[in-house]
Amino acid sequence: MSLSTVEATAGGVPTEEPAVKGIEGRTPLQLVVARLRTDKVAIISVVVILLIVALAIAAPLIAGITGHGPTDTNVDNGTDANGQPLPPGSAGYLLGTDNLGRDILVRIAYGARVSLLVGVLATAIATVVGVVVGLFAGYYGGWLDSILARIMDVVLSFPYVLFAIVLVSVFGSSLPLTILVIAFFSFAAIGRIVRGQALSQREKEYVEAAHSLGAGNLRIMFVDILPNLVAPVIVLATLLIPTAIIFEATLSFLGLGIALPTPSWGNMLSDAQGVGFQAWWFYIFPMIFLLLTTLAFNLLGDAVRDALDPRTERIFAGRRKQKPA
Amino acid sequence: MIRFLIRRIILGLITLWVIITLVFILYYARPGVDPARELAGRAVTPALLANINKEYGFNLPVIVQYWNYLKRLVPIPGQFNLGISNNNRLPVTTIIAQAVPIDISLAVGSAVIWMVLGISVGVLAARRPRSLWDRGATAFVLTGVSMPTFILGLLLLYVFYYLLTIHGIAIFPKPGSYTSFTTNPLEWAHDLILPWITLALITAATYSRLTRSSLLETLGEDYIRTARAKGLSERRVVFRHALRSSLTPIVTQFGIDLATVLGGAIITESIFGLPGLGLAVVQAIEVQNLPVVIGIVLVASFFVVAANIVVDALYAVLDPRVRVS
Repeated sequence: MSLSTVEATAGGVPTEEPAVKGIEGRTPLQLVVARLRTDKVAIISVVVILLIVALAIAAPLIAGITGHGPTDTNVDNGTDANGQPLPPGSAGYLLGTDNLGRDILVRIAYGARVSLLVGVLATAIATVVGVVVGLFAGYYGGWLDSILARIMDVVLSFPYVLFAIVLVSVFGSSLPLTILVIAFFSFAAIGRIVRGQALSQREKEYVEAAHSLGAGNLRIMFVDILPNLVAPVIVLATLLIPTAIIFEATLSFLGLGIALPTPSWGNMLSDAQGVGFQAWWFYIFPMIFLLLTTLAFNLLGDAVRDALDPRTERIFAGRRKQKPA
Repeated sequence: MIRFLIRRIILGLITLWVIITLVFILYYARPGVDPARELAGRAVTPALLANINKEYGFNLPVIVQYWNYLKRLVPIPGQFNLGISNNNRLPVTTIIAQAVPIDISLAVGSAVIWMVLGISVGVLAARRPRSLWDRGATAFVLTGVSMPTFILGLLLLYVFYYLLTIHGIAIFPKPGSYTSFTTNPLEWAHDLILPWITLALITAATYSRLTRSSLLETLGEDYIRTARAKGLSERRVVFRHALRSSLTPIVTQFGIDLATVLGGAIITESIFGLPGLGLAVVQAIEVQNLPVVIGIVLVASFFVVAANIVVDALYAVLDPRVRVS
C-alpha cells in the first residue's frame, strides 16, 4: 500500500533520464523509492495521509451510514433533553455533536475534503507559478530578475494573514478565493529557490551545448534546466501543503475562509470558541485531525528531501548521517 | 555603505507606494464599486449619497481622489491624516495609537522568550548532533512548524485558564484582560503571559532550526579547530567564537518577525481578546470599516518595510561582503 503512494509522491522525478549505469542500473526514481521504503517515519506519514484521504473520500459514505449530513442539525436526537450537545460515544454519534446538534464525525470528514483540496490545489498553483517566475528571473537575469526577485522578497516578508484577510474582505470569502490567496502568498517560496538554482544552472556547459544546437530559450528553460530542479521543488511543494492547510484553517477560524455552514476544521474550531470550553470534544477532534495532517506532511516532506538528496542535513529526526564537515 | 542604505530606503519607499496604491485601487477604485453606497448603509437616499460624495470627494475624478489620498499620507505634521473611523468618528491615528502599546507589549515579551528558547534549543542540538538532545530539539521544531497558532492558543487557554479555573486554581486571567505596563507592571506581565507563550512557542521553532544549522556549519570551520587547538574550553568556543558568527541569519529573521508582531498579532490577539492592531483590523473588517482597515494595513506595512531596511543595514555591518553587492 505504502509503496504505490510513495511512487505517486515522487512521481515528478525525471524518469526519462537514462538509468545510472551502475551495478544494478536503477533509475533515480527507484533509488528514491527504495530509500523511502526503509524510512519508518516516511511510511508512517504516508499511512496517516492515506487514512485522512480515505476519510475525505468516504465523507458521504460516513454521512450515509450515520444518517447525518454535514450541516444537519438533527433536531430530534442531536442534543439531549436540555438542548445540550452530546458527548462522544453517545448513541449514533461517535465523536459527539456540536451546539447545534450536528454530527462532529461527519463534519470532520467533510472538513478533511476542504483541507486536502485547499492544501493540494493551492500548492499546485503556487508551484507552477513559482517555477515559471523563478525560471524566468534566474534564466534571463537583468532587469526582469531585479523586478521579479524584488516582488518575491516583498511577498515573502509581508504579514500574509493581514493581507489575506484584506483581500477576502474585499472579494468575499469563497473556496476558490481562499485557494488563490494562499497560492499567491506561497509561490514566492518556490520561486526564490528555483531562481537561485536557475542562476547557477544557466552557466553550466549543457546549457551552452543546447544553445549551440540551436535550442530556444523556452526549450532550454523548461526542457533542459527544469528537470535538474525537480528535487528541491518536490521537497518544497510537500512542505508547502501543510503550510497551506494551516493557512486555510487560520482564515476559516477568523471567519474569512470557508463560509459556514460548510464545515472546515478551522471554522469548526471557531464555532467551538464561540461556545466555550465546557464541551471539550468540540475542540479536541478538529485539533487532532488538523495536527495529524500537518505533522504527517511535514515529516513526509523531510523524508522526501532526505531520499532525494542524502547529503542534506535532515531537519526532523529519523535516520542520521555523519556530522557535516 | 551610505549608498547601500540610500538604495535600500528608496526601494522601501517604492514598496510602500505600491502597497498604498494597491490598497487604494482595492477599496476606492475597483470597477463596479461605489464607495459612497457602501458607506451609506441600508437606508440609502440620494441626498445621503450626495452628502457622502461631497464629504469624501468620491465624485471627483479617480486620479484626483488618488492624489488627495496620497497627499494626506505624507508624514508631515498637520497634513498626515489616516481618516476617520466609520464607527465612532474617532481619527484612525487615535485608534492606532491606542492599539500599538499592546502590540509593543506583546512583541517585547514574546521576543525575549522566543529568542532565549529558540537559540538555546538550537545550541543544545548543534553541540551534540544526533544525541537525545538533538532528537528532542527536532521534535520541538517539528511541533512548532506543524502547530497552527490558534490551536496552541486555544490549548493553552483550555488547560491554564479553563481547567485550572474550574478546579478553583484561578492563576491565569480570563481572555480579554489587559493592564497597561504603566498601571501595574506585574499585572501587565500576568495578563500577557499566555499570549507571550503562544507567540513565542510558535516562533521559537524557526530560530532553533536556524541556530542549529548555522552553528553546525560554523563549528566545522577552520578557525573553530584553531580555537579548540589553543585549548579553549568548549563553552568558550561555542559561545564566544562560533555562536557570534552564526547569528547573522537569526538577526534577519528577528527583524521581520518583530515587525510582523508589531503590525498586529492577529490570531493571538483574537483568541486572547487583546485590543491591539490585529484585533482592531479583524473587527474593522467585519463591519467594513475601511478607514481603520486601510490605516492598520499601512502601519503594518510600514513596520515591515522599516524592519527590512534596518535588517539590511545590520547585515551590512555584520557581513562586509554584503555592502558591495
